[in-house]
Amino acid sequence: MITIITLGTNIGAKSREDGRAFDELRNLKIEAGVLERADGSAYLEFGGNKVLVAVYGPKESFIRRFQRPDRAYIRCRYNMAPFSVDDRKRPGPDRRSIEISKITAEALQPAVILEKYPRSVIEIFIEVLEAEGGTRCAGITAASVALADAGIPMKDMVVACAAGKVDGQVVLDLSEVEDKDGQADVPVAILPRSGEITLLQSDGNLSTVEFEKALDLAIKGCNQISEVQKEALKKRYGE
Amino acid sequence: MIFVNDKDLVVPGEILAEEDFHPGRGTFKEENKICSSVVGLVAIRNKKISVIPLQSKYIPKRGDVVIGEINDIRFSMWGLDINSPYSGLLPASEVFGKEKRELEKVFKVGDVLFLRVIDVDEVKKVKLGLKGRGLGKFRGGILIYITPTKVPRLIGKKGSMINMIKDKTHCDIVVGQNGVVWVKGQTDMERIAEKVIKMIQNQAHTSGLTDRVREMLAELTGEEIEESKEISEDLGETEELEGETDENNNDQSSDEKEEESSVEEDENLPQEIIESKLNFNLKR
Repeated sequence: MITIITLGTNIGAKSREDGRAFDELRNLKIEAGVLERADGSAYLEFGGNKVLVAVYGPKESFIRRFQRPDRAYIRCRYNMAPFSVDDRKRPGPDRRSIEISKITAEALQPAVILEKYPRSVIEIFIEVLEAEGGTRCAGITAASVALADAGIPMKDMVVACAAGKVDGQVVLDLSEVEDKDGQADVPVAILPRSGEITLLQSDGNLSTVEFEKALDLAIKGCNQISEVQKEALKKRYGE
Repeated sequence: MIFVNDKDLVVPGEILAEEDFHPGRGTFKEENKICSSVVGLVAIRNKKISVIPLQSKYIPKRGDVVIGEINDIRFSMWGLDINSPYSGLLPASEVFGKEKRELEKVFKVGDVLFLRVIDVDEVKKVKLGLKGRGLGKFRGGILIYITPTKVPRLIGKKGSMINMIKDKTHCDIVVGQNGVVWVKGQTDMERIAEKVIKMIQNQAHTSGLTDRVREMLAELTGEEIEESKEISEDLGETEELEGETDENNNDQSSDEKEEESSVEEDENLPQEIIESKLNFNLKR
């Protein structure tokens, strides 16, 4: 059985664990330029998530394998601090963080004008200090603010947000509990001006209708987050 | 149709204008819309819209004068760090001509040089040269790194800003277009110059900067300023007046104009200083 929820109304729906509406984001705070020695940096708090991103470069690539004769190469490292989750996480890269590093780099690539810096590398370090569901989206959102702060030319600022299915309902921005108990999680990254999708993953079971619903909801969330991103950058150099 | 004003702060992806405008630096065109690609200030010149970035890396350009630090010695060339994504190469032939000599004996790793970019090829190999007036090795002094886009602001129109710092701190200052600044003087004065230069870098996008720099210099150097003023009264006063008018011009016009003026300025300016004060050891 498929329950179709129309955007904007949520009558009769069960309230969520933390009392949010189905299309409500968690509290979001972004600060740009927090690290002294990085070329660009950003700190982001999204609900219980705390993410710190540093960007270095474009700089000379000393690893031949990463040199591209016609464009820059984006290297990305996503790392969760051992103290970021309730049970201590074993430090170092694991299968999950390697995957997220890869998809983050790929989500950001279409936005960055890489042709301007051939043979160089841009390094992005995403450090998750506290995790509470949706860290990959938080990481991408913060990374694009840090890239802009580093003065790297971009076509648009990539923004990411997740939607999913909890208790048979399609909801926006899953928390950790909802992610674990829920039936599906759909992280989406977009270029807000053109609406192009640069990341789309789907974990769990969703019908076609539900999937489309989730996608629409996630894009709506992205557009909201995009405004906060712009504000953060303007505040950094603000009058 | 235009959506922004001159000197507005914009972020990447922001739509600046539609149709009948031309995209300049820091912008790109997409389906007859002109969008910004960097965080920076809008500059509108006639029908051309550009965005002056607040933060950037130095991209070597032929003819630029830069300050570089030697970090590698190879068979027939030196490798230099020029504060850029691309490292610079100084071929031995640029220094010795046809003659063959040991490279280590002339410049060592860690030496700081003032050079000109001779050529940048399509694979971004940066060839540097030492031929030219005022180019050579620095002795002593400190290096300060600033964002290359803020170099024009540091120099000011016709060198007004940098000359003011030089006058008040009695330091020799050389600015490379790659955002490296060399300062030599008394140790405490070097520190003051560093503080002031860092302040200019942080506040480059605000207006009325010259006045604040003057205040800061007066505060940091204390009474010494007054003394020196009295000694060279006529000279000091005319110069200050000049600076005043320059600043007014700067505030109204955009950064780009400053930059244009500074490019030519940059060439004359450091050379003067070096000519008189620098002795470089190019033994033939």
